[in-house]
Amino acid sequence: MSRKLPKKDVVVIGLGWTGSILANALTDEGLDVIAIERGPWRDAPTEFPPNYAQDELRYRIRHELFLRPEQNTFTFRNKMDQTALPIRDWGSFMPPNGVGGGGVHWNAETFRFMPSDFVLKTHLTERYGASFLPQDMTIQDWGVTYDDLEPHYDAFEYLCGTSGTAGNLRGQIQEGGNPFEGPRSRPYPTPAQKQPFSHTLFAKAARELGYKPFPQPSGNLSQAYTNPLGIRMGPCTYCGFCEWFGCGNYSKASPQTTILPLLIRKSNFALRDNSEVIRIELDRSGKRATGVTFVDTGGVEWQQPADLVILSAYTMFNVQLLLHSKIGAPYDPVANTGVVGRNFTHQTISSVNGFFDNKKFNFNPFISSGAIGMCIDEFNGDNFDHGPHGFVGGGYMGQVQTNGRPIQSTSVPPGTPKWGAAWKSAVRDNYLSTVRPGTGIHGSFYSYRDVYLDLDPTYKDRFGRPLMRLTIDFHDNELKQNAFLTDKFAEIIRAMGAHTVEKQYRKGPYDSTDYQTTHLNGGAIMGADPSTSAINRYLQSWDVPNLFVMGASAFPQNAGYNPTGTVAALAFWSAAAIRGQYLKNPGPLVHA
Amino acid sequence: MRKAAIASILLCAAAAWLAGSGIGGAADPDRQAFGQIEKGHYLTTVADCYACHTVPNVGKPFAGGRAIETPFGVITSSNITPDAETGIGAWSDEQFDNAVRKGLHPDGSRLYPAMPFPAYTKMPREDVLAIFAYLKTVEPVHQPVKSNTLPFPFNIRDALRVWDALYFTEGEFQPDNRQSPEWNRGAYLVQGPGHCTACHTPKTLLGGDKTGDNLRGFNLQGWFAPDITGDNSQGLGQWSAADITGYLKTGHNRMTAATGPMAEEVVNATSQYSDDDLKAIATYLKSLPGRQEQAAPANAESPAMTAGQAIYRDQCSACHGIDGRGVAMLFPSLAQSSLAHASDPTSAIRLVLRGGRSVATNAEPTAPGMPPFGWQLNDDQVAAVLTYVRNAWQTAAAPVSAETVGRARQQLRTRSD
Repeated sequence: MSRKLPKKDVVVIGLGWTGSILANALTDEGLDVIAIERGPWRDAPTEFPPNYAQDELRYRIRHELFLRPEQNTFTFRNKMDQTALPIRDWGSFMPPNGVGGGGVHWNAETFRFMPSDFVLKTHLTERYGASFLPQDMTIQDWGVTYDDLEPHYDAFEYLCGTSGTAGNLRGQIQEGGNPFEGPRSRPYPTPAQKQPFSHTLFAKAARELGYKPFPQPSGNLSQAYTNPLGIRMGPCTYCGFCEWFGCGNYSKASPQTTILPLLIRKSNFALRDNSEVIRIELDRSGKRATGVTFVDTGGVEWQQPADLVILSAYTMFNVQLLLHSKIGAPYDPVANTGVVGRNFTHQTISSVNGFFDNKKFNFNPFISSGAIGMCIDEFNGDNFDHGPHGFVGGGYMGQVQTNGRPIQSTSVPPGTPKWGAAWKSAVRDNYLSTVRPGTGIHGSFYSYRDVYLDLDPTYKDRFGRPLMRLTIDFHDNELKQNAFLTDKFAEIIRAMGAHTVEKQYRKGPYDSTDYQTTHLNGGAIMGADPSTSAINRYLQSWDVPNLFVMGASAFPQNAGYNPTGTVAALAFWSAAAIRGQYLKNPGPLVHA
Repeated sequence: MRKAAIASILLCAAAAWLAGSGIGGAADPDRQAFGQIEKGHYLTTVADCYACHTVPNVGKPFAGGRAIETPFGVITSSNITPDAETGIGAWSDEQFDNAVRKGLHPDGSRLYPAMPFPAYTKMPREDVLAIFAYLKTVEPVHQPVKSNTLPFPFNIRDALRVWDALYFTEGEFQPDNRQSPEWNRGAYLVQGPGHCTACHTPKTLLGGDKTGDNLRGFNLQGWFAPDITGDNSQGLGQWSAADITGYLKTGHNRMTAATGPMAEEVVNATSQYSDDDLKAIATYLKSLPGRQEQAAPANAESPAMTAGQAIYRDQCSACHGIDGRGVAMLFPSLAQSSLAHASDPTSAIRLVLRGGRSVATNAEPTAPGMPPFGWQLNDDQVAAVLTYVRNAWQTAAAPVSAETVGRARQQLRTRSD
């Protein structure tokens, strides 16, 4: 029997980027908001201070900032006819935990998706014909357009102080920026970061090959910045401890550095940390959420009633909570019915290492930041004619060497012994003269009928609930895409002057132990049709209109960019709809 | 029936008499007038009565019970809500005025000067009565407080007669006609209700103001409240008037940030001062000459400076910059911060050992924090890096010794604040 707390206007499940954005917007509206966060409170000077945040063993290798698998994990398999087994150590993605969520440990690559990404199915069908797409590919249009989201991308970039060079200002292509990006209403709030040597060398080689390199938009700031909430950030120090780490220098955009200082001062905001929401409660009709039930660290169950529920956890936990709360029909890949769990996607990452003559090249790889890099977008989305290549999708590629950290920056040319004196000598000879892009090729991952999420029939969590089961594998389309992109990328690395080029193609089957990115998407996707989407274009549940589901779980498929910019833009877009439409007339915002 | 009615009227009158609430000098302003209460609210904020008379975070406003640390022991602040029994509800105007301006309790005993009556005595009676008028309107809280928790012999209140004779000069602020009205307003606020002297003026062994060293800084409660005169090296000589008003209003300026007890003062009091009053304070403080003594710079070739520079570059420069200038309104400029160069390095040592959190205000909500380095740097290293910081950027201040750091480390062990 759970204990009942006084009712709130809004309960926010998970206080990461989207939870913070929504809590801030709805408290501005005068509503009484409580956020319930599974993990601990985290703040820069106390939890990741600059005098020990840069600890590769502690954070990168031992995963200190992440969810502990013994608290919650998933089962994994490649194919529907296999038996899934629990993941006992994180590998291909890193589930966040605690206040700030993934916003604490991201690299801060702050991309926008392209206009065509939001109307992908329509666009590809019109250009190549429906038969060009693999038969089991289940891509969809988003139900929202780039133009809808532009003001909200802008809001997020100005919240974060994003450093970058505009490529398309109100339709005018800008020199030095990404000419393929959608039109933006104003420049980035701060100029692009300064680029280290290997990055400028990449840009030069790319330019000579006819491409248009641009600096990666970065949430590690090039200069001090004060955001519209009056919160101040400092300039990045190029320490190279961003992804997997919290930034103690106030220079990486995170909820901690952009929203929380203001949010926690509001008398109509409250936070309960170390409390895990286990269920969204529904009334008897099943069409209205009455609040949530959560469990504290003592195992006590509490009910938090609320008029409006914002589900803003990580992709996987959003979907899991919907399934456990019996909201929306679970997806059935055999019958091809149901919505919750469908169109689960990840990313298609590969890289190419370049080894250079250490007498001529010194790259000082430790001078870096999480989102530093020179990229090209010629092979992203549908920026090139896919007709001759027999696949769809693509990604950006670039020299985005985010660090020179000691444990993992030991790339050696192929053929070097794996240990011993020869290995040590090779590490020494190559450390300063190797180009080792973090995510050199950042490819899209489109959706398929047999890549999905559901509840595991065997394994249970500590509350006795079924674990979430991932069924995921690479399809030929993505592997072909990756081979094509990796070869193109290797040409540029070679043109930089590398004597040895090591291509690391992405190969199947999907391996849950090999880190790609934490960009898991889908499972509670947005769309125009309630039979193929769980939420409408405003991220509102089709089934339970006083429930809004944030995050990348809304992506019908994944584009060739990092998702956070789009995740945040969708959150701002949804918040605007709640404030402008829903609160005036609570009910479905779209009638299907 | 009629008798009963008369009796109850008499009872009410008696109660009013007893409570002293019906009595005031004929010339005193109407305690219930809106203007009087408004004025009193502002002056109560200026005098920061809240800070000492409220237990932080959990206490009811003005209900007392907060432990006030003095060099002689701990005193517990009194209940100044209008509760008749445990607060000041039954006090007369005269009694309140005597307490605030003369340090005399209605029962005849003397108040410990932890209550800054030596400063409040500068207030005119009408300002004190305005404060009383406001305090009469706050929520009464029934909370008995045992104020005197000092050890022997300081618990003998009669001894305070001697103290008062030595250190207490009763009397209202007298304007200096050679100075502008703004300067005089500033002087009044600083010396009177703002009681800046309580922390920033050096004290004798018995806790009396060393008036000749007015506002030149004092070590108390584990911090050094810095020199706030116009002194160039120690005080606010390098600060513009806008630096001073900005600091008091927001807790931050281009060089430094409020932390420790001053953070509390900014939140409870100075951030709510009127802009004119802040300007007046700046005008007054800038006019104080200070001592204008320049310390000899440390030998740049000394081992401490060499080690200090290396430690600074590794540990400090990410935020405070290689040039020591930090980021305006975010990371203090150690090259310019008077706290860093203070003759008494207590606050600087404390911040390095323990870290600190700057204040959050509506105008500056960021509240950046500094992590502790006490677990990482030994006494020699802390001494070296502080010696470097104090002498690195065309500045000069006495070196910090490892022994000083060691003593500070020892003292901090027992501090929970």
